[in-house]
Amino acid sequence: MPLEPMSIALSRLVRRMIRAHPGLLERLGEHGNRRFAIDPTDLPLCLLIQPRAARGTVRVYRHPPASDARIAGPLAALLGLVHGTWDGDALFFSRDLVVEGDTSAALALRNAIDDAELDLGLEISAFAGPFARMLQPIIRFAERRTGLPLRRMEDPE
Amino acid sequence: MMELICPAGTPAALHAAVKAGAHAVYCGFADETNARNFPGLNFSRDELSASIAFAHASGAKVLVAINTFPRAGAESLWHQAVADAETAGADAVILADIGLLAHAAEHHPDLRRHLSVQAAAANPDMINFYATAFGVRRVVLPRVLTIAEIAAINREIDVETEVFVFGGLCVMAEGRCSLSSYITGRSPNMNGVCSPPSHVDYATEDGELAAKLGGYTIHRNAKDAPAPYPTLCKGCFSSADKTGYVFEDPTSLDATELLPALAKAGVTALKIEGRQRSRSYVAQVVRSFRAAVDAVEAGRPVPPGTLARLTEGQSATAGAYRKTWR
Repeated sequence: MPLEPMSIALSRLVRRMIRAHPGLLERLGEHGNRRFAIDPTDLPLCLLIQPRAARGTVRVYRHPPASDARIAGPLAALLGLVHGTWDGDALFFSRDLVVEGDTSAALALRNAIDDAELDLGLEISAFAGPFARMLQPIIRFAERRTGLPLRRMEDPE
Repeated sequence: MMELICPAGTPAALHAAVKAGAHAVYCGFADETNARNFPGLNFSRDELSASIAFAHASGAKVLVAINTFPRAGAESLWHQAVADAETAGADAVILADIGLLAHAAEHHPDLRRHLSVQAAAANPDMINFYATAFGVRRVVLPRVLTIAEIAAINREIDVETEVFVFGGLCVMAEGRCSLSSYITGRSPNMNGVCSPPSHVDYATEDGELAAKLGGYTIHRNAKDAPAPYPTLCKGCFSSADKTGYVFEDPTSLDATELLPALAKAGVTALKIEGRQRSRSYVAQVVRSFRAAVDAVEAGRPVPPGTLARLTEGQSATAGAYRKTWR
């Protein structure tokens, strides 16, 4: 898949998430201006996320670009972290997650995402238009690849 | 039934704890008044009020940790925190500083006061002093006592005792440890942070994970070996002819199987550490311990714990409860 359309689609997705979850930027605080490299080590891609730039931008690279903080690990670990399936410290203890650069920023991002209770499946299905059609296969691929169900069932009360 | 006291670093974690069966949740404000003052963590005033309303509607209590030691000249930040906790409807505040306890007793007499583990009250004389002088109703015991010692303390005091049963393990006298501040200038006691992330760097060097605190490498872990927190007490040092974990191995507390003995020792409440952890951790640990507490109450055997993969060092110890440390 070409990188530029993927960058545009993911940027729109991130902007939508930021609008829907204003607590994300509040918890990030000053760290919202940092450049976060999210590096799935089992894929030939790396995302550079800037939460406050133009209300949220994502660029996709073939190799990890310069960043303030790099968070690397298998796709399953990264998606499980965002989706709230896995615990970030446990992934760090087991060496499934690597953090380099600005540790404070990485920690703030992890805590902000955890509190936002993102449901990746829901976020993408709420995303209409041609970009949704582009993202749906990515999610299906991610579910197949990681074995993680990326749409959460409501917890029993 | 022993009360299960569970950690929450965010409103989402508090919801997870309550849904998983917490009897009470403890949390703190997003500033230096609490001992888990990490980026992106903790509660605003509005979040605390909403979270307390949610917890109360579900039958759970909320305890607010204001357990650092106020800086001279800046006491108003801590005083305001106590007042705001009461306004938000907190069921108790967890305090460590003797001056703050006096302030709370005088200005917020109806707000229940618990003594934080940060006060390091480890004998009946200290505990009885805090109870008599400041009306403390519960003391969180330091993680340095055996079960026999806890039972002996309970026989000589009239306040409730709360003990840690799971999570990160401080091996120092809590509230007195200055190891972090020797390197970073910041400590859990004064700033709410042990090994603040602003002073932590990780690097991969020769295939090993090197953790640096304030520019000093404090441990290296071979590829695929479990990684510890970057705290000095779990650092790897050379002393005389030995190199290793001089203070303590990186491992976590798990007292699941000791719950019947703790109940017998007269313990009122069981505390789970981990306000810096995710809602996934909170849900799993609370669910496991609630099942264990229910089993103890019903006289059934305690189900075996399955939480090792969540722990630092991916291994667990019964800590001082059994006093088997080297």
